[in-house]
Amino acid sequence: MQLDRGADAELRELSIPETCLVALVGVSGSGKSEFARRHFPATSVLSSDFFRGLVSDDENDQSASPAAFEALYFVASKRLAAGRLTVVDATNVQAEARRALVKLARDHDVLPVAIVLDLPLSVCVERNRSRADRDFPAQVLHRQADQLRRSLRQLEREGFRRVHRLRSQAEAESAMIRYRPLLNDLRSEHGPFDVVGDVHGCADELVALLVSLGYEINWDEEGRAVRGHHPAGRRVVFLGDLVDRGPNTPGVLRLAMGMVAEGTALAVAGNHEVRLARALRGRKVAVSHGLAESLEQLEREGPAFSAEVAEFCHDLLAHYVLDDGRLVVAHAGLKESFQGRASARVRDFCLYGDTTGETDELGLPVRYPWATEYRGAATVLYGHVPVATPEWLNNTLCLDTGCVFGGSLTALRYPERELVSVPAGSIWYQPARPVASQVAEPSDRPPTEVLDITDVLGHRVIDTKWLRGISLRAENAAAALEVMSRYAIAPDWLTYLPPTMAPAPSASGRQQLEHPTAAFAAYRREGVTDLLCEEKHMGSRAVALVCRDPAVAQRRFGGDGSATGALHTRTGRPFFDAGLSQLVLERLGEYIGRAGLWQELNTDWLLLDCELMPWNAKAEGLLKETYAPVAAAGMAALSASVLELQGASALGADVEDLISRTTTRRRNVLAYREVYRRYRWDTAGIDGLRLAPFQLLASQGQTYEGLPHLWHLGVADRLAACDPQFISSTKRLVVDATQDKSVEEGVAWWEGLTESGGEGMVVKPSRNLTVGRRGLVQPGLKVRGVEYLRLVYGPDYLDPKNLDRLQTRTVGRKRSLALREYALGMQAIRLLVEDAPLWKRHQLVFAVLALESEAVDPRL
Amino acid sequence: MLLTITTTYSPATDLGYLLHKQPGTVQSLQVAGGQAHFFYSQADRERCTAVLMVEVDPVALVRGRRAGAPEAFGIGQYVNDRPYAASSLLAVAMRRVFSTALAGRSRERPALAGAAIPLEIRVPALPCRGGEALPERFFGPLGWRVEAKEIALDEAVPSWGLSQYVDLSLYGDIPLQDALSHLYVLLPALDDAKHYWVTDDEVDKLVRVGGRWLATHPERQLIASRYLAHQRSMAESAVGRLEEMGVPGPGPADAQPLTLSGAGGRSLAVERRAAVTSLVQELGARRVLDLGCGEGALLQDLMRIRGLTEVVGVDLSSRMLEMAARRLRLEQMSDRQRGRIGLVQSSITYRDARLRGYDLAVLMEVIEHVDPARLAAAERVVFGYLRPLSVVVTTPNREFNGQFLGLVTGQLRHHDHRFEWSRAEFRAWATRISSTFGYRAQHREVGDLHPEAGAPTQLVVLRRADVGSEASAEAAHATG
Repeated sequence: MQLDRGADAELRELSIPETCLVALVGVSGSGKSEFARRHFPATSVLSSDFFRGLVSDDENDQSASPAAFEALYFVASKRLAAGRLTVVDATNVQAEARRALVKLARDHDVLPVAIVLDLPLSVCVERNRSRADRDFPAQVLHRQADQLRRSLRQLEREGFRRVHRLRSQAEAESAMIRYRPLLNDLRSEHGPFDVVGDVHGCADELVALLVSLGYEINWDEEGRAVRGHHPAGRRVVFLGDLVDRGPNTPGVLRLAMGMVAEGTALAVAGNHEVRLARALRGRKVAVSHGLAESLEQLEREGPAFSAEVAEFCHDLLAHYVLDDGRLVVAHAGLKESFQGRASARVRDFCLYGDTTGETDELGLPVRYPWATEYRGAATVLYGHVPVATPEWLNNTLCLDTGCVFGGSLTALRYPERELVSVPAGSIWYQPARPVASQVAEPSDRPPTEVLDITDVLGHRVIDTKWLRGISLRAENAAAALEVMSRYAIAPDWLTYLPPTMAPAPSASGRQQLEHPTAAFAAYRREGVTDLLCEEKHMGSRAVALVCRDPAVAQRRFGGDGSATGALHTRTGRPFFDAGLSQLVLERLGEYIGRAGLWQELNTDWLLLDCELMPWNAKAEGLLKETYAPVAAAGMAALSASVLELQGASALGADVEDLISRTTTRRRNVLAYREVYRRYRWDTAGIDGLRLAPFQLLASQGQTYEGLPHLWHLGVADRLAACDPQFISSTKRLVVDATQDKSVEEGVAWWEGLTESGGEGMVVKPSRNLTVGRRGLVQPGLKVRGVEYLRLVYGPDYLDPKNLDRLQTRTVGRKRSLALREYALGMQAIRLLVEDAPLWKRHQLVFAVLALESEAVDPRL
Repeated sequence: MLLTITTTYSPATDLGYLLHKQPGTVQSLQVAGGQAHFFYSQADRERCTAVLMVEVDPVALVRGRRAGAPEAFGIGQYVNDRPYAASSLLAVAMRRVFSTALAGRSRERPALAGAAIPLEIRVPALPCRGGEALPERFFGPLGWRVEAKEIALDEAVPSWGLSQYVDLSLYGDIPLQDALSHLYVLLPALDDAKHYWVTDDEVDKLVRVGGRWLATHPERQLIASRYLAHQRSMAESAVGRLEEMGVPGPGPADAQPLTLSGAGGRSLAVERRAAVTSLVQELGARRVLDLGCGEGALLQDLMRIRGLTEVVGVDLSSRMLEMAARRLRLEQMSDRQRGRIGLVQSSITYRDARLRGYDLAVLMEVIEHVDPARLAAAERVVFGYLRPLSVVVTTPNREFNGQFLGLVTGQLRHHDHRFEWSRAEFRAWATRISSTFGYRAQHREVGDLHPEAGAPTQLVVLRRADVGSEASAEAAHATG
């Protein structure tokens, strides 16, 4: 807080925080707009003249001022919420106007700054006179100048944290804006860090923890730990509450202060440091909650040490933003909108948490569970409320494991995210309430309704590793909400939804609609020639999440412990009731075990992409209501038609063409009926069901999109070997799209497959996920068989006049959709193995469902 | 699709004069959706059969739709029965091919045109949505002997049973003009799936073609409703006009969907809403949420309650909310009215801060639509997170289903119900909710009370235990 007197007009450096609200103050004609233009980015300057123009078409219409300022404040608050420098270009010579700006800054927890253009009145009068559009009477300027003069002394008292006063034209022109980062801004510090939870005077445990983290401790001649450093250059971050309650607060402080002074540690303030500092500086504080012990212990260390401690504790900041904004540390945590901000309430949040002002039956403050609602990108590490075991919640972690209460002292290695802890030597202090999980609900895992409606509804743009800027329209999200809420399995089990698959481009000039050569050519155009053809099973796409046992399932994915996984459709619906689903999962789990995959992949759960047969297992209704009636009606009508036509022919009518056409149509209906009959059979419970896994999606800490498809099919073969009745293997053929002979083999293979009743094949890049010269490549293109397509385009689609028209179908939208869904699905899997917060994973799965409600021809 | 008309009138070949077509030729013409062919398959003195066959172009049928319209998508588009089954497409073709005969004119045989002659009509693939008894109910009163042979859905899959198609034969001594007009109206009504958008002039068409016989037809209401694609206002106008022409009789028994009656002859739905609205007043709630508001029937009732300052309808489905907005005439509301009502798309399995802090949340016939596996999440959101002062929950009483609603054992009242509870199950649920989330439960029953089965609808009011407890404790002291 300083009032610059600004004597030297040569080079005025105006220092302001990087994020702040700058109020320009000066009478009309003092050159504020000119100054703003010269020194600030144009979009950061909000001018009252401009807003008057926006709302009234007249920048000088003073009667429009109330509406103009309302609009200006609205825009300013959007900018400040986003943490952007905001400059308000208005006269601001009246206290009321400035009060509104100070409040705006405080509401967004940024510092208000005033830059006063205190130029001689004559200059202002002159400048006003030269402006054609403005003619203020001189007394207006005099009045403003008068107001300004009276304001000058008030500014600091009004809350401006920095006031720069420029007294001449030359000074205004030569001024330099110097942006200063806030003290809490340590984004350039990248660690690695070892973040330590509440120590509370447990000096021995702290030393033990640091030693087990690999720190070397320096001792003074009296055998006291005074400094420490890590051979690999790691640094400690203390999360506050170093002091009070425990047996050796001075010991903890000596070591922490030594390390901070030396630069091998950072520390943020805890509420206990704040109180201790006040007590040591002679302020009145209630001596309870273990403060008495600290004061007593410090008294024995002598006044010099106590003075050092007082200064250290007083100077501690309440939070740091580290590692390019990826890590935030604060004693009681910090919500997103407060990160990197500076205000009294931000500091209070850091020290005490999100208190509601209420107190509970023990007289302790009631805290709002801010972490359940946390949606920020930064990892937040904090302490303050002891928990039995640290548990990630929405990318936040509480590291206070109640050492002083007989728990343990815990550190998190960052960025490795490994927990290291040492047990307490004793119960040093009795807690006011039992140490418990910080989540209010009596549950082992955070309940799924930590999901918020704002996580999914509305327009959203999602970036994935492979595809950026995937836009989801609000109406698609609205449609998906219904499907997700009414039909899908619980979000914690719904880890992934498979993408739709595009067909090969239409094979024009052929007797078929789809043909392998078109798929090979499409990949060749992308520069992908090493291809794998996989048999396409005709059933329903199924995603199987299989855990080794119910305990693993519950620990890893939640639920009530009755299921070992989930089996769902491509829209997230369960295939079967819980009982049958569980039978399928158990059998699958058994074969995974028998194939040795648990050990080999070092996991206790697997996520598999499969096809489930028969078709009627999921789609019996579709068969009965859509497919079979067509054949029933067709046979009845066409058989009768042929008979009647034969009668007409006998009467001498020329109906030969009609007879031939109608007979063909009848044959087409028969062929159509054969196709759907082939894909349905009766099942009884699990008997008759077949599962064809074709891709391993994820296991503990591991995704598999980088392994070639032949590896995946090899895994599937090992499962199929356990029970060929239940697990179907997938036929395959490698094709080199650069070799004519290989391409011909591919075509022949497809013909053989489809002539014997197969649905068709999927052509994939052999190496699996491929980024080609034009970006992400289609994960597969389907080439469906001639007969099968009768189910899609109707019994008569091969009639040349139908086929000609169908071949003009366009697959562009479908291809684009397939790619977007693929990228979202892969990202969901990546986040799953990275243990990302549920809301983030759910957003991606939800996004796939939302895209599915886009109007794309479903026959493709 | 196929239709044959046979007569055994002597000479049978006079049918040619009535239909204005001569045997031995084929007449082909372009009609909506494809090509119609007319020919005779038999033509001698004893028996003459005229055949109308339509070849539908399935691709054109699909491509003809407005591009990008949602109904243009759906796998049923290319794969559908329209090329084969008798439908409104056949009726359209009849009108083109038999226009003179339909008008009852014949140059050569003017007397025969109005005379009853022995006719046999066959429609080998007739879709009968709503049961195989319908052809008898539709054609029987018009003097036809009806034979409807059932067609299996797929003989290779006996477990699937019958298809919705019948092979229909009609026999009767009926003037040809009447026979054609019967078919023209009743075939689309049986099919119950118009291939085109029904507009007001359809009412005229129906009255013009069917007026003479439909006015006194006992099923006229159902026929009009199905012919006019269930557009209620049109069907009402058609029936009104028909009844002016004929003798009004009792309405059909089955035109009403399954409804439950409550006390005073009101439907159960009305009864339920009345119970909820009176509770809202009793509880003195001022700001009310209707969770799962659907089309907004309850919202409409709630809006009328004096003292309610805010009524918010919440639904999963944006389409439902649009319907509710229309029903409430939200667009036309004054600002003061609009300030009392809100419509919000949300889900009770997600937290939604917009819905916190209300006096009362109504879950009327909602929980039985929530999957049991997701019910716990919904409970935590409603009772743990939203925490309104009171929650009113209604749900079907399963005990009432069997003997009183004619449902077979285990059958639920609605295909989307995931469960229906007995009274004991519902009470157990309410007790668990009360103890888990700190509410107090009070049960009521809605609808006619049966001594054994209870009422068709059960209702519970859950009141937050931490609010107003002192007041009630004081009251207890005062009385004790």
